Amino acid sequence: MKHPEKQPLLKAQNLHKAYRRGAHRVEVLQGASLCVHPGEFVAVMGQSGSGKSTLLHLLGTLDVPDKGEIYFQGHRVDGLNSRARDRLRNQSIGLVFQFYHLLPELTLLENVLCPLMIRYGYWAYRWRRRQLEQRARELLAQLGLDHRLHHRPQELSGGELQRGAIARALVTEPQLLLADEPTGNLDAQTGQEILRLLSCLHRQQGLTIVMVTHDPQVAAVADRVLQLAQGVLNPLDQKVLWRAAG
Amino acid sequence: MYKYLLCWRYLRARWIALASVVSVTLGVATMIVVNAVMSGFQHEMHMRLKGILGDVIIEARSFDGLPDPDAHLEQIRRQVGQELASATVSVHVPAMLSFQVAGRWITRPVTLIGIDPATCAQTCRFAEYLQHPANRRRVSFRLHEGGYFVRDPEGGPKAGLRRGMELAGWPWRRYRARQQLLAPTPEPEPGDQSSQPQKQLQDGRDLKPVEISAMQLATWGTSAQVALQVYETLLEQLSYEVVESRITEEGGLELLVGPRQEAAAASPEDPFAAAAPQQSDFDPAREQHTGCILGMAIASIRRSDGSEDFLLLPGDDVKLTLPTAGTPPKAVTETFTVVDFYFSKMSEYDSNFVFVPIDKLQQLRGMIDPQSGVRFVSSIQLKLKDPARAQWVRDRLRQVFPARFYVVQTWRDRQGPLLAAVQMETAILNVLLFLIIAVAGFGILAIFFMIVVEKTRDIGILKALGAHSTGILGAFLGYGMALGAVGAGVGLALGLLLVWKLNQVADALGQLTGHRVFDPAIYYFYEIPTRVEPATVAWIVLGALAIAVLASVWPACRAARLRVVETLRYE
Repeated sequence: MKHPEKQPLLKAQNLHKAYRRGAHRVEVLQGASLCVHPGEFVAVMGQSGSGKSTLLHLLGTLDVPDKGEIYFQGHRVDGLNSRARDRLRNQSIGLVFQFYHLLPELTLLENVLCPLMIRYGYWAYRWRRRQLEQRARELLAQLGLDHRLHHRPQELSGGELQRGAIARALVTEPQLLLADEPTGNLDAQTGQEILRLLSCLHRQQGLTIVMVTHDPQVAAVADRVLQLAQGVLNPLDQKVLWRAAG
Repeated sequence: MYKYLLCWRYLRARWIALASVVSVTLGVATMIVVNAVMSGFQHEMHMRLKGILGDVIIEARSFDGLPDPDAHLEQIRRQVGQELASATVSVHVPAMLSFQVAGRWITRPVTLIGIDPATCAQTCRFAEYLQHPANRRRVSFRLHEGGYFVRDPEGGPKAGLRRGMELAGWPWRRYRARQQLLAPTPEPEPGDQSSQPQKQLQDGRDLKPVEISAMQLATWGTSAQVALQVYETLLEQLSYEVVESRITEEGGLELLVGPRQEAAAASPEDPFAAAAPQQSDFDPAREQHTGCILGMAIASIRRSDGSEDFLLLPGDDVKLTLPTAGTPPKAVTETFTVVDFYFSKMSEYDSNFVFVPIDKLQQLRGMIDPQSGVRFVSSIQLKLKDPARAQWVRDRLRQVFPARFYVVQTWRDRQGPLLAAVQMETAILNVLLFLIIAVAGFGILAIFFMIVVEKTRDIGILKALGAHSTGILGAFLGYGMALGAVGAGVGLALGLLLVWKLNQVADALGQLTGHRVFDPAIYYFYEIPTRVEPATVAWIVLGALAIAVLASVWPACRAARLRVVETLRYE
């Protein structure tokens, strides 16, 4: 599914990122480049500690690269100030984490509404409240969580939590969904469910997804798989992947 | 929006944080109660102090007083007439009060105050503290037939019984007169000696300790040395002498007086016998001497249940020995009839003051110039239409009356040391209590840090969802404020409740511990006086809120500065 005529949604060029771990300087990314077109489902595969999460954080504007450029819808985003990046993240990018990261004090519905509460001020939110809640409810119903609206995260199972987290990522209607090992903390069956959900969203709604994982089986769901090794990204042959996945 | 929701949720979910504001609650409650009680006491004290003081007082530096008060008043009216509501004159003089109880003479140092009954009641709160309803309406030095207050009318339901007060007045006087005719001076019983703790010299003279506090001296406007001289003169006339004298550190005077050695040897009988006027045609059952109003504590003994026994009742006769004007002063003794009690609940006053008509006192002391008939007074008291103008009036009058001869003071100046002491006490207490709240602030700080550490991941999530650092800062500051508000709010409610039910609480504590928290025998109030000042309460609550917010600033900043990536990286 390529859209060569369209401008890439996300483009990263020659990303460098290093961390200081004690006395050592660890070069995590050493010139990683990536181009994601609207409607693509890209998986990034790599060993544990290869810098997959770091890459995702850079793409999600949670962190800034030491070197290199990131363009989102043609606009350079790595140089933006923190407030502009916060706004971009809130409006255009959905994030899904391995450990779900729902706020324990809030109910599932409130968790899903959280990005919208962040987007609007108190009065603006009160004004739109009915409409926004309606949207969150519909989304949760779509993900099969309509019976769990007022449950706290500790009362939900892993699969439900991750579906909730996906709902939270999608409630802002983002152009891009970034998923960091979304199945990493789930058992095989639930993991499959989540993957089916993601690919379903991708196919039916044309959602652009970038997912990082270490599992070839998981990566196999994607249209395109990239391998992160020695700090650079390389396309991975589907056949190799199939073999690796068994 | 998420800030408010999170504050609310954290507030409900984090009980440990609420525990940290318990100290704020207690601090606020304590401060409210302490301030209410201090303010109550202060208010009561001001009322009592005003019992014999106008708003502005003009006194003579000389012990002999200032001449021609009418001319002075004329002068005052010219200067500050538009401010003046009323004025009165008085004579203050140290004196000895002697009265007989069960045949034994009791002598006490008192402050004798000559007052003009008509104008005094308008200028001071004097009349409010008298114990006969008619005297409250119009002060009179005539003995009443009866109707003296058998219980303290201001005491509320807890006021104790005044034993014997129902007899006070003419019935008592007639009874005493009859008794005295039957048995003029009963012999003291041998066993009675033990009831009066007295020292004895080797030569067998009875010694009596006399204490004059610094405050009492201040009300006389004299120093301890002068007072000692006056006493020596007075006692000499009574064939007594000062055996030992000591000026205390506070500036008070402690005396040990006894009969003069040669007098004790020569005439062991009543030293007042000679001084007593020989009035053969005076019928004590029908007539009275000049009236005098005694401070009630001079005549009464208070029990811890609040009831009182009396050594003297209205209707009894007492002798007052006082120094005359002029140098050197001579002592004169005169018999007065007790016609009422003065009960201001200010023990310094109630145990010291004896009021007599000013004319009589001027006459006794020789304060009337025989040629011109000009009278002398010790002080002029002014009541102002607006008490707040007292300082202005004082300054104006100081220009007219030279400081060499006159002391012009507001009533606050006059009671300066006492008022300042109370104010100081309140201030120190407030500082100490506020420190408690500050300590509570550090508790909040510590717990907040803990919460920030615990919530690191959640903060990271919020930031990942697009929350800005200022938003996080706001959320945590808001949380601190909410905690402070809960603490201060509960403290406010608790404090006001305690103030409202303070006396019941004190009683319950007393019963629980077996030790009376508030003993009416000491304080003369039946209940703890309280007065809630809204401004003070507002300051306390705002202060507590400010401390809670301040304590959360640092942790909140830390939360805001957290880097998202680091918070999300590790599980």
